[in-house]
Amino acid sequence: MKVIEAKIVVLGSQGVGKTSLVVRYIGKMFSKHISPTIGASFFTCNINLENARVKLQVWDTAGQERFRSMAPMYYRNANAALLVFDITSVNSFAAIKGWVKELQSNVPEAMVLSVVGNKSDLEDLRAVQSSEAAQFAASIGAQYCETSALHDQQGIDQVFLNTAAALLKLSNSNLVSSLRSYDSADVDPDKIPTGTPTEEDATHTGKVELPAWSIDSIAHGHVQKNMCC
Amino acid sequence: MASTSKDVPAVVIQDNPPDDLEPGACHDSILNPTDSFEEFASEMSSSLQERNISLATKSSTISEIQSEIGENSAPMKPTKSSDDLQTKDESISASTSNSNLTEQNGDDTDTEKDDYLQSPELVNKEKHVFILSSAGKPIYSRYGNEDKLAGLCGVIQALVSVVEEQNQDILRSISTNDCKAVFLVKGPLILVAVSKSDESETQLVLQLTYAFNQIVSVLTLTQLNRIFEQRRNYDLRRLLSGAERLIDHLLIFMEKDPAFLLGAVRCLPLPEKARENITNAIQTTCNKIRDLVFAIMLAGNQLITLVRMKKYTLHPSDIHLLFNLVRSSESFKTAESWTPICLPKFDSTGFLHGHVSYISEDCQACLLLLTVQRDAFFPLSQAKHTIADKLRRSNCLVAINDALNRNEELPTTNPLKHIGIPEIRHFMYKCKSTAQLFTSDPISLDKLQDYRLRHKEGGDIMEKKVEKLSDIDYVRNYRKFCSSIHCTSTPAKLIFRSNSCDTILAWVTNGFELYVTFDPLMEKDQAIKAVDRLLKWIKKEEQRIFIMHAPTF
Repeated sequence: MKVIEAKIVVLGSQGVGKTSLVVRYIGKMFSKHISPTIGASFFTCNINLENARVKLQVWDTAGQERFRSMAPMYYRNANAALLVFDITSVNSFAAIKGWVKELQSNVPEAMVLSVVGNKSDLEDLRAVQSSEAAQFAASIGAQYCETSALHDQQGIDQVFLNTAAALLKLSNSNLVSSLRSYDSADVDPDKIPTGTPTEEDATHTGKVELPAWSIDSIAHGHVQKNMCC
Repeated sequence: MASTSKDVPAVVIQDNPPDDLEPGACHDSILNPTDSFEEFASEMSSSLQERNISLATKSSTISEIQSEIGENSAPMKPTKSSDDLQTKDESISASTSNSNLTEQNGDDTDTEKDDYLQSPELVNKEKHVFILSSAGKPIYSRYGNEDKLAGLCGVIQALVSVVEEQNQDILRSISTNDCKAVFLVKGPLILVAVSKSDESETQLVLQLTYAFNQIVSVLTLTQLNRIFEQRRNYDLRRLLSGAERLIDHLLIFMEKDPAFLLGAVRCLPLPEKARENITNAIQTTCNKIRDLVFAIMLAGNQLITLVRMKKYTLHPSDIHLLFNLVRSSESFKTAESWTPICLPKFDSTGFLHGHVSYISEDCQACLLLLTVQRDAFFPLSQAKHTIADKLRRSNCLVAINDALNRNEELPTTNPLKHIGIPEIRHFMYKCKSTAQLFTSDPISLDKLQDYRLRHKEGGDIMEKKVEKLSDIDYVRNYRKFCSSIHCTSTPAKLIFRSNSCDTILAWVTNGFELYVTFDPLMEKDQAIKAVDRLLKWIKKEEQRIFIMHAPTF
C-alpha cells in the first residue's frame, strides 16, 4: 500500500473556528470553552483511502494579528492548506485572499488548497454567499466546502478526505519533492482512525462542491521575489 | 551526565547536618532569589530620568545563547531606548486638580459616559486596573468595556503628564478616604490600579508591574517600544486580542496566591525519589539537545522540576507568568503547542520558543521545553514522548497524581494535622535563598475555579462576615504584616499581634520568612515553642516540599 506523508497548515482569521474544526475532526467533539491558540498546535492523523494511506501533520495556527509574522514558519514546506473563514464575517473571507497571495508568493511547490466556510449553522447571520466563495475557490484551483464544527462531523471529515485524495494525486504527479511517499507492506487498517464518513444520516449542512480534480486544478505557487513578512 | 546527577545528592547528604541551614535552603538554586520587594521598592524610588534610562537596551540573553551555540541567525535586533516621555507627550489642556478621579471624569465627559461610570459593571468594585497608552488610548480595563472608558483614560493621561511636565516629577498615587489610586508609567504604557482593598502601595505597584510584564511576555519589550515609536496613537488592543484573559487571570491569581506576595514559587510536594526520577528523565533525554534553555514541569500552579542550561536561572516572576499562561490556556490540553514566549526578566527583547504539552491524558502535569531555536519542534516533541514514557514506567505519573489529588496518606496533604500543633490554624513559609514557598493549605484548583466564578459575577466589595476563613482569607490577613516587614524605611523583624479573632506571628530572618495564624488566646512563649516545632517539621520534610537541587543539562 502506498503511504504519503504530508504537512497541512490551517490558516484564517481569529475566531473563525480553526481549532474547533481540527478538534472536531481529530477528537470527534466540540467544546464551547476553547481558548485562543497561542502560536500553533500540532496534530497528526492518518487517512485511509482506497489504495493508499495519507499521514497528515496538521499545523493549526493562531489567528491573532500578533502571530501573523510567525506564519511562514508553519506554512513552509506545507503540501496543503485549509483556508478557513467564518460565513458570518466578510472580513474573515477577505483575509483568506491575503493568505492565498502570501502562500503563492512564498511557497514554491504546488499545494492543495481548500477554502472552508465555517459556522454554517449560523445561516441566519450569513454574510458571505456560497456562490461567491465557491467562485473564488475555483479561481485559485481550490475546493470549497461549508462546515459547522458545532454539529457537522461529516462535512469536516469530507474536507480532510478530499484533501487527502488531492494529495495522493499530487504525489502521483511527482511534481513535489517535499511530499514523501513510500510503499508499506505492514498495514493494519483496523488500527488506524480512518477518515471515512460515519454511518449517521446525512446532515443538511456540509455542502461539498468539488471541482473536477486534474493536475491543472491544483494550485501552483508562482515564485516571486516579494517577501511579505 | 549520569555521574554528575548522582554526585549532587551525595554532596547534599554530606552537608546535611547543618542545623545552621534554614529549612529548604540548599547550595544552588534553580531560581533567582531576588527579593521582589526590594526590586519594586527601587522602582518606586527612581526619578523621572532614571525611569527613562532604565528601559533602555539591555543585552539580549537569547542572542548570547544563540551565539554560544553557534547560531548566527538571531532575528532580534537590539532596540533603541524607549520614548522619552518628557519630550514626546503632547500637552493636554485640561486642567486637573487632585480631586477624586471619578468626579473629575464626570466633569469632563458627556452625560452618557458619565452614566457608564456609574453602571453596575464599574461601581463598588474592590480593585480596578486600567492600562492605557501614553497617548491616552485605552488598552485594558479589568471591568466594563474599555472602549467606553476613553474619557477616563484621557483624564489619567492628563494627570500623569501634568505632573511630569510641569513639576518634573512622577505621579505615584492619589489617596482618598477609602480608596487608593496607584500609577505606574512603564515605557509607552500607563498602568493604574484603583483599590479599596488593604493592599499597600508597594503591593499594588508590584501587581501593575506584573500586568506590564504579562504584556511584554506576549509582545516583547522590543516590539512594544517599536510600535509606539512608529505610531504613538496605535491601538494596542489589536495586538493583544486574545491576551486580555491572561491579564484577567493574572489579576485574580495575584489576589489569592501568596506566591506573588512573597515573590516565591510554590512547589508540588513529591517524594524525594520521585522528583529525582523526573529530573533524571528530563536530563537524560534532553542533554543532547543543544539549544534547549529550560525544561520546566509544572502542575496546578506548582513547580515539579526545572532543568536549565548552565549559567542561566529563572526569576520567580517569569515562572509565575508561565504558570498563568498554562493555567489560562485550555488550548494546550488538546494538542502539542509550539508557542512563542517572552520571559521579561530573562530577556525582554526576544521570544523563546516553547514546546508546551500535557504529559498524558491521565496526568495533568504540563511540560514546557523552552529553546532559542525556532525550528526545534520535532526534536522536542520526540523528547517529550520519551520523557512521558520514562515517567510512566517509573511510576512518577502516579506520584504526581497523588500529590495533585491530595492523597490523604501524604504528610504534605494536610500538614497541620501531621505536625500536630492544634493551635496553628494556618502558616506560610518562604525560604529566601531558593525563592520557594510552602503553605499549610495549598490553594486547590477547585477553589481557584470557585473564586473565578464568584469573581466573574462580582469582584464587588462584600460586607458579609465570613464564618470560616479560607486559605485566601488567611493570605489576605498576612498582607499588612508582609508590608510592615518589607517596609523600606523601618522594616520589622518580628511581629506578634493578638486580637479577639486570632493571633498572628510574622517573622523574618536572613534565611526565611514565616507567617503563622494561631488561635486568639496564644501566649508569646507558647507561640515561640510552636514555631520552633513547626520549623523542625519543615526541616524534616524539606526534601519533599522543596526542590533542593539545581539540575542543569
